[in-house]
Amino acid sequence: MLTTLILVPLVGALVIAALPAANARVIALGVTAVTLGLGIAVAVMYDVDGGMQLTEQVSWIEAFGVHYALGVDGLGLLLVLLTVVLVPIVLVADWDAGDENPKAFYGWVLALEALSLAVFLATDVFLFYVVFEATLIPAYFLVGGFGKAGRSAAAVKFLMFQLGGGLVLLASVIGLYVVSAQQGTPSYLLSDLMALDIGTEAGRWLFLGFFIAFAIKAPLFPVHTWLADTTEKATPGTSVLLVCVLDKIGTFGMLRFCLGIFPEASQWATPVVVTIAVISIIYGALVAIGQDDVLRLIGLTSLSHFGFITLGIFVFSSQGGSGAILYMVNHGLGTAALFLVAGYLIKRRGTTLISEMGGIEKVTPVLAGLLLVAGLATLGLPGLSPFVSEFLVLLAAFDYGWWVGAFAVTGIVLAAIYVLWMYQRIMTGPTPPEVEATPDGTLREIAAVAPLMVALVFFGFFPKPLLETSNPYVADLMIHVGVTDDEPTVALAEEAGR
Amino acid sequence: MDFINPTIEYAELSPLLIVMGVACLGVVVEAFLPRERRHVVQSTLAGVGVAAALGATIAVGLNLDPAGTDGAGQGLVGAEGSIVVDGPTIYLWGLVLVFALGGVALFAERRLEAGISAFAGQAAAVPGTDAEREASTKGLAHTEVYPLLMFAVGGMLLFPASGDLLMMFVALEVLSLPLYLLCGLARRRRLLSQEAAMKYFLLGAFSSGFFLYGMALVYGYAGSMDFAAINEAVVNGADNEILLMLGIALLSVGLLFKVGAVPFQAWTPDVYQGAPTAVTAFMSAGTKVAAFGAMLRLFYVALGADRWDWQPMLWVVAILTMVVGAVVAIAQTDVKRMLAYSAVAHTGFLITGVLGLQSAGELADGQVTSLQAVLFYLTSYGVASLGAFALVMVVRDANGESSSFVRWTGLGKRSPLVAGLFAFFLLSMAGIPLTAGFVGKWAVFTVAMSAGAWPVVLVAIASSIVAVYFYVRFIRLMFFTDPEPGAEVAEVTTASPLTGLTIAVCAAATLFLGVVPGPVLDLAVHAGDFIR
Repeated sequence: MLTTLILVPLVGALVIAALPAANARVIALGVTAVTLGLGIAVAVMYDVDGGMQLTEQVSWIEAFGVHYALGVDGLGLLLVLLTVVLVPIVLVADWDAGDENPKAFYGWVLALEALSLAVFLATDVFLFYVVFEATLIPAYFLVGGFGKAGRSAAAVKFLMFQLGGGLVLLASVIGLYVVSAQQGTPSYLLSDLMALDIGTEAGRWLFLGFFIAFAIKAPLFPVHTWLADTTEKATPGTSVLLVCVLDKIGTFGMLRFCLGIFPEASQWATPVVVTIAVISIIYGALVAIGQDDVLRLIGLTSLSHFGFITLGIFVFSSQGGSGAILYMVNHGLGTAALFLVAGYLIKRRGTTLISEMGGIEKVTPVLAGLLLVAGLATLGLPGLSPFVSEFLVLLAAFDYGWWVGAFAVTGIVLAAIYVLWMYQRIMTGPTPPEVEATPDGTLREIAAVAPLMVALVFFGFFPKPLLETSNPYVADLMIHVGVTDDEPTVALAEEAGR
Repeated sequence: MDFINPTIEYAELSPLLIVMGVACLGVVVEAFLPRERRHVVQSTLAGVGVAAALGATIAVGLNLDPAGTDGAGQGLVGAEGSIVVDGPTIYLWGLVLVFALGGVALFAERRLEAGISAFAGQAAAVPGTDAEREASTKGLAHTEVYPLLMFAVGGMLLFPASGDLLMMFVALEVLSLPLYLLCGLARRRRLLSQEAAMKYFLLGAFSSGFFLYGMALVYGYAGSMDFAAINEAVVNGADNEILLMLGIALLSVGLLFKVGAVPFQAWTPDVYQGAPTAVTAFMSAGTKVAAFGAMLRLFYVALGADRWDWQPMLWVVAILTMVVGAVVAIAQTDVKRMLAYSAVAHTGFLITGVLGLQSAGELADGQVTSLQAVLFYLTSYGVASLGAFALVMVVRDANGESSSFVRWTGLGKRSPLVAGLFAFFLLSMAGIPLTAGFVGKWAVFTVAMSAGAWPVVLVAIASSIVAVYFYVRFIRLMFFTDPEPGAEVAEVTTASPLTGLTIAVCAAATLFLGVVPGPVLDLAVHAGDFIR
């Protein structure tokens, strides 16, 4: 089942490469729709009680102790669903992004979808590493091939950062092999590695490699510099795939591998990681305020959000863990909406600079409304789903130490500034004569982002499905890490939702 | 004095004998056949000869007997102790012969130059003279390249199979001399080609001298040329250890020169650039396989017990080679030179694997050994290198092959297939997952890490990042950069089916080894250990 889920978009990519360009978009939409269906089927088959499910395991490279092993748990399921939902939305919203070279665009998008799904489903560290690195190739060609001038330099910068992180990770992956070989038979299965007794010192070094790679991926301060350059030059659709899907691998990896394989080292590193996370929250928000390029701005807000997610992960409590997982989903929904609506506006105004937009609110009230909802979601307005996750993370942060919470809370204030000020500068003000005839959002554009808007509102009032999926995973993880907290967290979380 | 009639195991040595025999036959053909028929006959002969040798290798490989004291190896020590046919030998033979098949196919390419081969019409004609023009208007072409190629292949087969230092030296010369000649035979840009050949020859001759001197010193230490006897002397700790130290150092110079390791890498870029690209393609893959095979045998079989002395030296060489290769490659503006420096960097990665030697007791059950890792890396690098150079052959402008970066700008828009394949080979060399290069890199890094050489692995990873930069930059140049308006650019010329097939096979192998490396790794595992 899970293999089928990965194979469908992969085969779709190959079909697109083989057939004439005219069919590319239709095939891509069809394939992503089928993948969406399969993703929902996986969710239906998933038993909400938790644990690795629908597992598949075949020996792949015997000499290396490597298995082709897939499985889905609460964390994986949410991210798989996020992926299969976002890809078709991006294709519909960014309708003509690939017109220059449709075969390449749709082929790479589908390849990216397939590899991302494999990343979230892999339960073998080697397999994870392989697909983790392989996602970079489609991403590189999407950034380098589509977008505005200067994108090829941005693509190289993106790839260099990512591959650099990847190679650091490789050192740790190899180290894991050596450690597991020393203790008998080498194996890369996650279940074997989680049971492995890695020495304290070795564990800390190996943890470092994993964490650096995921910090670059997520990204966190100070290895975030590729992020804004990439989102600025790429198309809004590509940015959604990069920031809302691919970057999740960073925080996903922290949960699954850093905490899963190196519980001791993760707790040892907590003070530093929490500091980095808080700096990312504040720094990202501050820098975002000063941006004039709307795509850069949205990119940098994500730095702040990834700071929140990392904070939630590394404060080691059920609230923090659940909050972080919810945050990953909500950030995916909210930021995707923001990128795509900004993309609509950019198309109409022919510029990405906020200072040159202005005054379009009255002409395009629907787009203004969409931008406002997406923006309010980003700043964590109660009633929209990001509020729930932000609240949980902050609660956990205060629990960890009041000063951490106090610093992190400023992120919310700053978020209000960058979102509202952005909205004000893009939308309000006197309407320039040349934009009088600007068409409002078309049916296709509105339909594309409508599911995101509905989800933001729905999960804002009713986060239970998300929490029920993530809580068993977090509970297992906390037991594995050896942390117990006695507050009734689920009840609290539900209160937070209302 | 008694004269003992040597016994030769003809069946086990048949691949070697076939190749050498075909090479001699080629010389005869050259003497007796009219010029216009030679090309077809020679290329067919060489192709059939290599294929037959490959078949013989497989047959021999399937019938190896267990050997060695601990039963870890299989095969036999033949030709009175001077040639060893064991599992690793068979693997290396197979590899060399496969690359030789590709080499023959590329040598036979005549479509790119409109019906003539890429080799000089008359090597003796001075460039720029009437004699050269006459040779070119007559449509002359040297067909001696095929026997030369076969001799080089013969030397490459013998090199990693040698059981004593003397045979190793003979093999070194047999493989080197024809290559020196082949490098100087380019049809176009002959001065560059001849300069490359001259440099290669002079430096190669020096390095052979070092090797010879090293042999003498090791003989002085061990009292024998035989690897097994040298090993015994090392284990028992004979006197005059200083002779051994110096001997190892000098032997290493000879071998490190052949593989192009720093500080003996200076010839690599000039030779790779100047030689006819078909020769570069074959040489880059084949020589590396043969020389690393010989290095493994020398270090593991003869000097394995003394590894605490040579491992530190290899640490330094590996680190220098990787760093210099990767960093200097950034400054290149010629595709062939870039690939040459990348070859230097890959030599460093291979040495990283070589220095990962551990005794069987230190390894877990089923753990990758350094021999397996190096064998796999040679396979993965060889196919990528052969394929990449073969692609360089087909990208041309009015003056023949066009390897300057400027000419390759925007190739991805003009010929997506060729640029895509080239990018694929570069990605494999960069070690991106789902290509053969990644698995190879993983393997050599792992064995080095397992042997405690983590500083080397860290440098290797840093160099990989640098290497990724110049590969990716070149991909960007092909796909995302538009040529200057009015600038002359290179176009892809349709090549003969043989060249196309070679490229296709290399690409398929690179993908296959990246996705399903199991079968080939199993071959390396089954090859077992060296025997003495």
